[in-house]
Amino acid sequence: MEIVIALAVGVMFGSGIWLILRPRTFQFIAGMMLMSYAVNIFIFAMGRLWVDMPPITPAAGVDPAQYADPLPQGLVLTAIVIGFATTALYLVMMIGARGLTGSDHVDGEEPR
Amino acid sequence: MNALPWLQHLITVPVLLPLLVGALLIPVNQNRHTLKFVLSLTSSVLLWLVAVALLLLADGEHWTDGIGVYLASNWAAPFGIALMVDRLAALMLVLTATIALAVLVFSAQRWDRVGVSFHSMFQFLLMGLNGAFLTNDLFNLFVFFEVMLAASYGLVLHGYNLRRIRAGMQYIAINLAASLLFLIGVALIYGATGTLNIADLTLRVTQLGAQDAWLLQVGASILALAFLTKGAMWPLGFWLPTTYASASAPVAAMLVLMTKVGVYAVLRVWLAVFGDAAGALGGFGLAALSVGGMATLAFGAIGMLASQDGGRMAGYGAIVSSGTLLAVIGHSGGAVLASGLYYLLGSTLAMAAFMLLIELTERIRPPGAALLAITMEAFAIEDKPEDPVGVGIPGSLAFLGLSFAACALVISGMPPLAGFVAKFSLFHALLASAADPAGSVPASTWVLIALMVTAGLAAIIALMRLGVRTFWAAGAITPPRLQASEALPVTALVLLCVLLTVQAGAVFDYLGRTVDGLSRSADYSARVLGEPPVLRVPAAEGAR
Repeated sequence: MEIVIALAVGVMFGSGIWLILRPRTFQFIAGMMLMSYAVNIFIFAMGRLWVDMPPITPAAGVDPAQYADPLPQGLVLTAIVIGFATTALYLVMMIGARGLTGSDHVDGEEPR
Repeated sequence: MNALPWLQHLITVPVLLPLLVGALLIPVNQNRHTLKFVLSLTSSVLLWLVAVALLLLADGEHWTDGIGVYLASNWAAPFGIALMVDRLAALMLVLTATIALAVLVFSAQRWDRVGVSFHSMFQFLLMGLNGAFLTNDLFNLFVFFEVMLAASYGLVLHGYNLRRIRAGMQYIAINLAASLLFLIGVALIYGATGTLNIADLTLRVTQLGAQDAWLLQVGASILALAFLTKGAMWPLGFWLPTTYASASAPVAAMLVLMTKVGVYAVLRVWLAVFGDAAGALGGFGLAALSVGGMATLAFGAIGMLASQDGGRMAGYGAIVSSGTLLAVIGHSGGAVLASGLYYLLGSTLAMAAFMLLIELTERIRPPGAALLAITMEAFAIEDKPEDPVGVGIPGSLAFLGLSFAACALVISGMPPLAGFVAKFSLFHALLASAADPAGSVPASTWVLIALMVTAGLAAIIALMRLGVRTFWAAGAITPPRLQASEALPVTALVLLCVLLTVQAGAVFDYLGRTVDGLSRSADYSARVLGEPPVLRVPAAEGAR
């Protein structure tokens, strides 16, 4: 499972880096989304990888090793929400720039 | 019932007040801009008062070790989020509130009417800034950074025109990427240490195994990349001059503060986690910070010489001031910190005043400018509102010239103002801390001092050239029209720089106590982790 997760994160982040270095805003935003998926999975994995373990513990008298770490799940949730909002914001910006400059180049003008 | 003393709640006010006022302002119609302005101003005045109160509390005997802790939602640290105010945080809060007040008064004349929701975004920006100064949790720091950045995206685009859109595209893009780095850094630190509370990290960093320590170093380096992108360290700061030059004047003044947040975050995390108490990890990465800072300094100085218009020059000036701070902190750590913080205060105030001033000097129209204005009108470029009409203040040219000279003196570090005091004390502290018993000073210290002197020289040449071109060679016949509400904030900021110079002794005493407190990182852990949650009255039997 470790290999699969590592490959998924690596491939997504790598593709994201390639895309955000491209000159079109659409490529940039696609790259940003791929990278944020990769980061979210990465945060999730930092709570260690578990299978079939509940994150919520009963009140007392339990062995913590039997339960998944709930904190990264909370972190991921926050990161997803914030990432979603900023992506939406960039999308608005991108459409505005396209309308005003008539170009979808990240510099706001076609390269001469 | 063991209620919390009400003074303790003051710690949350710098976060909650702008949030509430900003939200309240959204449904208010844009036509009622006086109401919006009054609400926004009231909030900023209150913020300033609270910031000063927190500074007095932190500096007084009210809290043990001068550290106030507020447990959000009454969860004990490290499980919940702890807000913490100490002398450094209080100082940054006061600086933020002061500049915010000046900027808000400045924008009242016309800038707050060029676009919608200026005041809401301004309040959210303040919320993000204040939160970033107060929080003691890395993930919470991320949240406040995002709040601050989201508000700044809107503000950079305020007065929507082609130039701002082009700059905004790059500004937003680089910050989105930096936010991802922030998350990766935070996740790695959590993976290595199992905590994100900064005070808890201080304790755990000494108990790490070799593998986890390595992971922590990787995480902290990635986190530093995110901070230093905001702090505009070379080569992460190429976005800055374009963004500053194209943002509207009040926004540019607030952006000056935002570069300081990056430096503040580095300082906060590094002093706590990689301080003297960290054992083998102590001082990790400082050498890289020093080299990066020096490169930033050189880059900023060259940029200042190369830039033609005031906005870009001020942007490079901000890079120089960031670079100076990072280089001296990286080079000598705690020994030069008091001087470094003094430099931060002086340069931030002067830079903010300079940003506002540039907009005013642009009204000194050279004779050919009228033609240009007509051309711009033909292309329907509406990047700024109409110049104010009505009676301006007398002697506007003399006022602009004097303020310009004062700002230039502080930015370039020439006597007699705060910039000189700051640079002098930095040199003194660098030489005093670097000299070994034999009295010889290492070459890197000399390189750093030489760079700072050269950067000062470059700054004075560039600013003098700009001043001569603006005030003497422009050939302006009619003095520009300035309103009192525009001149007042600039005057206030310049006078604060003068006050900082006159009261340098008192300020240095305060900064000395700040640095003294910061160097005892164990105090922070004891205070933050030891803060007891408020106990609830036990529920009566059977009530459950």
